Amino acid sequence: MGWINIVIQGMLVGGLYALFATGLSLIFGVMRLVNIAHGDLIIGAAYLAYTVIQLTGLHPLASLVVVVPAAAAFGYGLQLGILNRTLDKDILPPLLVTFGLSVIIQNALLEIYSADSRKLNAGSLEIGSFSLVPGIDIGYFPLLTFLSAIAVVWALQVLLFHSPAGRAFRAVSDDPEVSQLMGCDNRRVYAWAMALSMAVVAMAGVFLAVRANFDPFMGPSRLIFGFEAVIIGGLGNLWGTLAGGIILGVAQAVGAQIDPGWQVLAGHLVFLVILAVRPQGLFPRGVT
Amino acid sequence: MGYAAHGIITMLLLDSLSKRYGALVVTDSFSFEVAQGEFVGILGPNGAGKTTLFNLIAGTVKPDTGTITFQSRDITREGAAARCRSGISRSFQIPHPFVGMTVFENVLVGATFGRKAEGSVDYAMQALELSGLSKKANQLAGSLPLLGRKRLELARALATEPRLLLLDEIAGGLTESECHELLDVLRQVHASGVTIVWIEHVVRALLSVAQRLVVVNFGKKIADGAPDKVMDSSEVKSVYLGEDALV
Repeated sequence: MGWINIVIQGMLVGGLYALFATGLSLIFGVMRLVNIAHGDLIIGAAYLAYTVIQLTGLHPLASLVVVVPAAAAFGYGLQLGILNRTLDKDILPPLLVTFGLSVIIQNALLEIYSADSRKLNAGSLEIGSFSLVPGIDIGYFPLLTFLSAIAVVWALQVLLFHSPAGRAFRAVSDDPEVSQLMGCDNRRVYAWAMALSMAVVAMAGVFLAVRANFDPFMGPSRLIFGFEAVIIGGLGNLWGTLAGGIILGVAQAVGAQIDPGWQVLAGHLVFLVILAVRPQGLFPRGVT
Repeated sequence: MGYAAHGIITMLLLDSLSKRYGALVVTDSFSFEVAQGEFVGILGPNGAGKTTLFNLIAGTVKPDTGTITFQSRDITREGAAARCRSGISRSFQIPHPFVGMTVFENVLVGATFGRKAEGSVDYAMQALELSGLSKKANQLAGSLPLLGRKRLELARALATEPRLLLLDEIAGGLTESECHELLDVLRQVHASGVTIVWIEHVVRALLSVAQRLVVVNFGKKIADGAPDKVMDSSEVKSVYLGEDALV
């Protein structure tokens, strides 16, 4: 029973990793943009939620009503104002610009909030749990995180494959020259994709901040987890990204059981093995 | 030309358009006028700059100098998406379907974003019907053979509800009967009020529908006029058709 419990707890944490990764996967799928600042944006969203809660006293989950639209609007502006200018056949400019953005966000957060770590308090939700069977206790909050990740991926899948906006995303992803000849304004399509990505980033930030302490320098390691989940699942497939997040979570949980110092290492090792054996990921393609 | 003086409405006007890539001049102070409702054929050897001309008109390539006027509006600086929505549509010589989408979805993108979005599903179905693809609507576009892909190029171009349709060698590689079908469709589209400019190497097909013929070589217009007169001119014969290539 002990190992089953570990795997289940790992899966629940994997839901959070999937939330880290989904936005990354979406914008890579739509515009081949690798966003190095993704992790810092997650932490930025956590701080935004922190400020909103300080000002209004809202519950962290209620703060999503403010943080999600704010992050989406920021993403839309970021894409139109800056990132669109970097998109071309050369993949280096977006990498450099988002790397610069990462440094700027970290230092801005440090300047505004100091290096002290913070946490969002979700009250009884945080510590409550129920017993599935004797020996396996499921925390309400980890379960909520996990279900949110599934809901987010499902909603994005429906959007991509059953809505006009989704068809525009797929058309632009497939052939940006032809899509504009079909009347799609690529720059705006990219901006909407980034807005969606940032909406998911906001959720990831708030869930992360309720689950653990955060500080201005936590972004890059969240980015790594996100990347690993995307690559494990296969580029351009959101369900794959969800699976990748879960696999990473389970690997870490099992690693931690073997030796507490092995938690993060075990995740990286599983990633490395999958990259070596199946470089295209477990479930490649989907959003093309 | 001066169509306006004769009460004919100008649809498209290119004025001294030039485009060069490094030392290579692909469009050389090209001036060209298309009247509303015309069916113009464009001929020219490979590398004459015909496709670049379409890229300039559709907006995926920006000219170095010169202006493009569409329906009395200067669109030289306008993006391709905006030009598409105002009624310019082009097909590609080498089909570029969205391979991960169904045939219907391919057409629906144009019908949704290339025109007013109302009734886009019906409009997409019409475009498929007209192009003879309605039976393949739910296939993945990537699974279509060449002829199907050519038809899809036409269907997508029609789905954006064009006022000016630019066709780039859509008859190439078709059999005799397929070509006749295509010509029927084009006549129908033209009769519905769409202005058409067609680049084509299949001269006989082009001559059977074009009301005016333009011959391009080295990015310059070398002949422009009634098809029979243009085909008879000695310059066209020597530059483009050679001595014994008359079809």
